[in-house]
Amino acid sequence: MINKVVSGAEEAIRDIPDGATIMLGGFGLCGIPENCINALVIKKTKNLICISNNAGVDDFGIGRMLKQRQVKKMISSYVGENAEFERQLLSGELEVDLIPQGTLATRCLAAGYGMPAIFTPAGVGTEVAEGKEVRNFDGKDYLMEYAFDADFAIVKAWKGDTAGNLIFRSTSRNFNPVMAMAGKITIAEVEELVEAGELDPDHIHTPGIYVHRIFQGKDYEKRIEQRTVRKAQ
Amino acid sequence: MAFTKEEIAQRIAREIKDGYYVNLGIGIPTLVANYIPKNINIVLQSENGLLGMGPFPFEGEEDADLINAGKQTITTLPGSSIFDSAMSFGMIRAQKVDLTILGAMEVSEYGDIANWKIPGKMVKGMGGAMDLVASAKNIIVAMQHVNKAGESKLLPKCSLPLTGVKCIKKIVTELAVLDVLPEGGFRLLERAPGVSIDHIRQSTLGRLVIEGEVPEMKLD
Repeated sequence: MINKVVSGAEEAIRDIPDGATIMLGGFGLCGIPENCINALVIKKTKNLICISNNAGVDDFGIGRMLKQRQVKKMISSYVGENAEFERQLLSGELEVDLIPQGTLATRCLAAGYGMPAIFTPAGVGTEVAEGKEVRNFDGKDYLMEYAFDADFAIVKAWKGDTAGNLIFRSTSRNFNPVMAMAGKITIAEVEELVEAGELDPDHIHTPGIYVHRIFQGKDYEKRIEQRTVRKAQ
Repeated sequence: MAFTKEEIAQRIAREIKDGYYVNLGIGIPTLVANYIPKNINIVLQSENGLLGMGPFPFEGEEDADLINAGKQTITTLPGSSIFDSAMSFGMIRAQKVDLTILGAMEVSEYGDIANWKIPGKMVKGMGGAMDLVASAKNIIVAMQHVNKAGESKLLPKCSLPLTGVKCIKKIVTELAVLDVLPEGGFRLLERAPGVSIDHIRQSTLGRLVIEGEVPEMKLD
């Protein structure tokens, strides 16, 4: 079997060139590939086109890459509370393609399923529809949206094995499985890497065929964006 | 007296029926979860990939891997399920979700909605809102009737970039409950206690349709 295991984030991202199109899993700060983002920040890879639902916060996640001006273009659904992202967007320093969240997810899915495009009603009649083909099915309009074409997909899983199989935990699953399927080269960082055979095949979320490089990450901060609690009774 | 945000949420909770799968947006819609009648069972969908969203965790039990679409720490409930983002929007697109409640900056008298961008000033992004409004069969907007500058948010035509076209059926504000007529126009269904029809008329720039007596909103 081909060895998919790499030593760490530095080796995993070694050949991501300036100008590459990369997908990054996660929703907000939940389930983001912290180790690889850190390595990209250190390596200062430039002119990246990043496909990710959000762009982290000012000092964590993709926000750190934005701060260093490593990102040429963001393809996201939500800017949220990231002030630096919003500032770069409004001033025109950063190219931003805001697209509906379901469209983002399904364009990943299409890439992983080998389908060139999808039809979705999201964005019909809005500026998202500008320049796009509209098709009517059963009296309702749909936009044609193309499958993503990404050089690399970088995802974070809870457990993985040496065959590249992945299991995600709780809502940190989010975009990770669909992005894992969509990269020409997919890099997975996991909290726990085990030998092939140790994970139950019935419990695998992402089959190893989609994963090219895998490593056990370290020092996960797992920052919480909105800590909300209720009082003990 | 105009309703508070909590009272708007409380009024909307009365629209929810037993067995509903419901998606709640950020802001006032999130508060609706606090007012679900005890005698009905519903399932909350969070579009980051969870069915069966539970209350906030007890202090010390927060889990960074378990959040809702507003990025708040939450809990699961017996019967909850987790899935990826594509499936989450798959079930929304396929109309498996019975009711969507979301906020808005503007709604037009034809049911168009704008809630993601103020050109040159503010861009939050559409998140899942465009997918939700394009597919949901039943959408209720929870919002203030007028903006901070005192201008009506119920308009003949939206001035901000649209989130969706002809999709909003019902609106609950601090002043009134209204539905959107298929031929255009906001039909006044209920008014907040003590709020006059004149007050609502002055706060509504779009066509307001009043048919007969308009009862006051009830919360119980």
